[in-house]
Amino acid sequence: MATMRLTVNGKTQTYAGDPDQPLLWYLRDTLRLTGAKYGCGAGLCGACTVHVDGKAVRACSVSMGTLAGRRVATIESLEQDGRLHAVQQAWIEEDVAQCGYCQAGQIMAVVDLLRVKPNPSDADIDALTNLCRCGTQMRVRRAVKKAAAMLRRPA
Amino acid sequence: MNTTTMNASRRAFLAVSASAAGGVIFGLPAISRAQNPTPTSKGAQIGLFVRIEPDNRVFIGARNPEIGQGSRTATPMIIAEELDVRWEDVTVEQLPLSIDFTGATPAWRFGDQGAGGSTGIEEAWADHRQFGANARWALVSAAAARWSADAATLATRDGRVRHPDGRSLSYGDLAAEAAALPAPKIPAPLKAAKDYRIIGTPRRVTDARDIVTGRARYGLDTYEADAAVAVMLRCPHLDGDVESFDDTEARKVPGVLEVVKIAGPAPSEPLAANLAPGIAVVATNTWAALKGRAALKVAWTPGPHASESTASFDRHCTDLLKGNGQVVKNDGDLDAARAAAATTVEATYVLPYASHAPLEPQNCFVRLDLKAMRATVIAPTQQPGGIPRLVMNLTGIERRNTEVFLTRIGGGFGRRLTNDYVAEAVLIAKATGRAIKLMWTREDDLRHDFFRPAGHHRLVATLDNARTITGWHQRLASASKYYRRANVKAENMWQPEIYPDDFPARLVPNVRLEWFAAQSGVARGSWRAPAHYANAFAVQSFLDEIAHATRQDALALRRTLLGAPREFDYAQHGGPKFHTARLRGVLDQVAAGIGWGRKLPKGRGIGLACHFTFGGYAAHAVEVSVSAAGALTVERVVCAVDVGRVVNPLGIEAQMEGGTIDGLAAALHQAITVEGGRIQQSNFHDYPLLPIREAPKVLQVHIIASDAPPKGCGEMGIPTLAPALANAIFNACGVRIRTLPIKDQLRRALAA
Ligand code: FES
Ligand code: FES
Repeated sequence: MATMRLTVNGKTQTYAGDPDQPLLWYLRDTLRLTGAKYGCGAGLCGACTVHVDGKAVRACSVSMGTLAGRRVATIESLEQDGRLHAVQQAWIEEDVAQCGYCQAGQIMAVVDLLRVKPNPSDADIDALTNLCRCGTQMRVRRAVKKAAAMLRRPA
Repeated sequence: MNTTTMNASRRAFLAVSASAAGGVIFGLPAISRAQNPTPTSKGAQIGLFVRIEPDNRVFIGARNPEIGQGSRTATPMIIAEELDVRWEDVTVEQLPLSIDFTGATPAWRFGDQGAGGSTGIEEAWADHRQFGANARWALVSAAAARWSADAATLATRDGRVRHPDGRSLSYGDLAAEAAALPAPKIPAPLKAAKDYRIIGTPRRVTDARDIVTGRARYGLDTYEADAAVAVMLRCPHLDGDVESFDDTEARKVPGVLEVVKIAGPAPSEPLAANLAPGIAVVATNTWAALKGRAALKVAWTPGPHASESTASFDRHCTDLLKGNGQVVKNDGDLDAARAAAATTVEATYVLPYASHAPLEPQNCFVRLDLKAMRATVIAPTQQPGGIPRLVMNLTGIERRNTEVFLTRIGGGFGRRLTNDYVAEAVLIAKATGRAIKLMWTREDDLRHDFFRPAGHHRLVATLDNARTITGWHQRLASASKYYRRANVKAENMWQPEIYPDDFPARLVPNVRLEWFAAQSGVARGSWRAPAHYANAFAVQSFLDEIAHATRQDALALRRTLLGAPREFDYAQHGGPKFHTARLRGVLDQVAAGIGWGRKLPKGRGIGLACHFTFGGYAAHAVEVSVSAAGALTVERVVCAVDVGRVVNPLGIEAQMEGGTIDGLAAALHQAITVEGGRIQQSNFHDYPLLPIREAPKVLQVHIIASDAPPKGCGEMGIPTLAPALANAIFNACGVRIRTLPIKDQLRRALAA
């Protein structure tokens, strides 16, 4: 296939591989950005959530062939100059993680949620479909609310 | 301060630490630094677990695998406490597996490195305080030498040794001298509990920053330069085999390097390595391996269980329960109690197979060097100690020549107590001569699990005229968790299914427990709180059924049974004692928390349950609403736990929340079913985890303060949720749940 370009975390990358390859494996195997996790490979769990053009997508279910000229951002790009994103900070303060495997995906999904709904209701939070096997759902809810409050009143 | 008597494990520690302090510095092999990047260390190692840098940063080793249970936070807290450092200055490092093979029998160098049975905290409590205190003693001794002072006059605080005249020295300054000292001849004194500044205080997950930034490394994040990626197509038939396969198309996929057949065990053999035969596709990258696998054409032979289904298994259990089983407990005279009974209550509870489904599927990196006869394994495992032997059995490499490194692990729940996936990686590495990173897909993980045993519980209770329970008969037909284990006699197969000293043993005068060996081709293993899950559901649901049948209050019935505070021997895991008062304590706590006895609007109900799990006491109270159409909402959950002294309350709370959610997901949705000798589920669409919208909005966790030695808490939070929920549902709408999962039972029952 022809070479295409995309940006990943602000850097331009060229890709000439299989257009059917899911973004997840390109990020992990080629770029070694391992923050996005494999949990189901079928768009069901959200462990692989990243942003494409600012919107949360499931990297296991997006093919490379659809990404020419697009902007991909992974969890690795959230921290800026050593400063955590409010969602990351809220996640630490609410001590959300257990095994932690789902958490990067949860955080990426919530960053997108708060972009669209800066003041999310419980119903908005209920619409999140990221799964957690360890049972952090209660703390996720608290952390979303805390992050929303932090973003409304920036430190 | 109090001194403790020296026990065997402390002696063992002191012997090792003496050599460490004498200059044989324990060093992590290169590969582990790649896994746990540590800046070039100028630090001094004091004993096996503590390293202090000149800039006062303190590195503390964590020996157990971290599966989300919080071990990497709680166990180093114990060392940090006695070392007397600030928790903020501590960095936790994962220790690799270390077994000393020089003696007559292999010995743990750092202590037991497994993660199972909720024992990590209990074991750390037994030795980590002394590790910390001995390291502190070395630092104090070094300061005493520097100042020519009497060590007894010196104090420590926040990583500094203080002289009575006001001078002080930092640990970083003293570390090199401390490391050169011999170990103390008698164990250094331990702090009094009243002086604790870390133990008992809430501490967040130590790796939180790495987790939220995506830097935390799990097994699947292992990218060794020489690794090829392997995925395997395993036989979907229980104990089936590969009849033939065609790999022509698979080999055409760019990046595919090799396709090899991996044999499985014979159907009757004890399981010693991998679980299922199949075809492994080895490629330069994950996507190529997956594509290659999808292009395989394989014909399977169905194996001996081709006619097994969930329906046939249920019929089999029903038939078994008509006969006589193996009596494993027979207190008093149950037959006399039955003959004299004023009332008899009976019920049967049915539990399905369940999968562990950790979010990180199984995976393993293996590098074999069959010339030098050395192996390297990087694995997310709960049982690293078994790996050197496994590698030896499959390759002949001597146990001391296998290095095992631990990663952070994306959930365990008991699945990773079995190293079958490690065996697969070894077999593929051996067959291909390549370093292999084996990856399982979600489908692989759900179909080739060691499932929580399914079973039917038949309970019968007899009561006298005063409505006192006089007899208790539990008859369980289940497929034993002891699945194809070598050296387990048929007469002992019941042992992981019924814990005879569990409630209500000795609280009821006539108790008979009877087990029936159900046959099944489904692989079984340990699932969070193993048999406690099923037994607590049956027993705690049944208590409510007795209360209802005899018009008693369900809480009062439990209180009466527990009676005056007493202590009983408890011979199974979690003993040696069971205290009725501690179970009563958590029960009373949740009853108060939920507002037991309150008048409830129509369609609302509350229920409770309590259970003793592996040394911990836990109770749940649940408030639900059930609509006329049978829609269930969990309104509120109250949970209480007594696991002895609290090391990290935030971690305990997390485990209770996790157990509650896990319990809800299992009770509401999860079942592994079989049809035609094949597991039917394949991914989270048919084996659902709990979506956030179904998680309770209110969950209160009460942690009982206690001076008893700490027990773990990874498993205590799950067994009581399902029965408390079922009891609440009955209270709300009169539908008794006797079969899990609940799924759409309420809709169907209320529509009828
Ligand atoms: S791995 Fe992509 S949604 Fe689960
Ligand atoms: S924290 Fe383990 S899966 Fe969410």
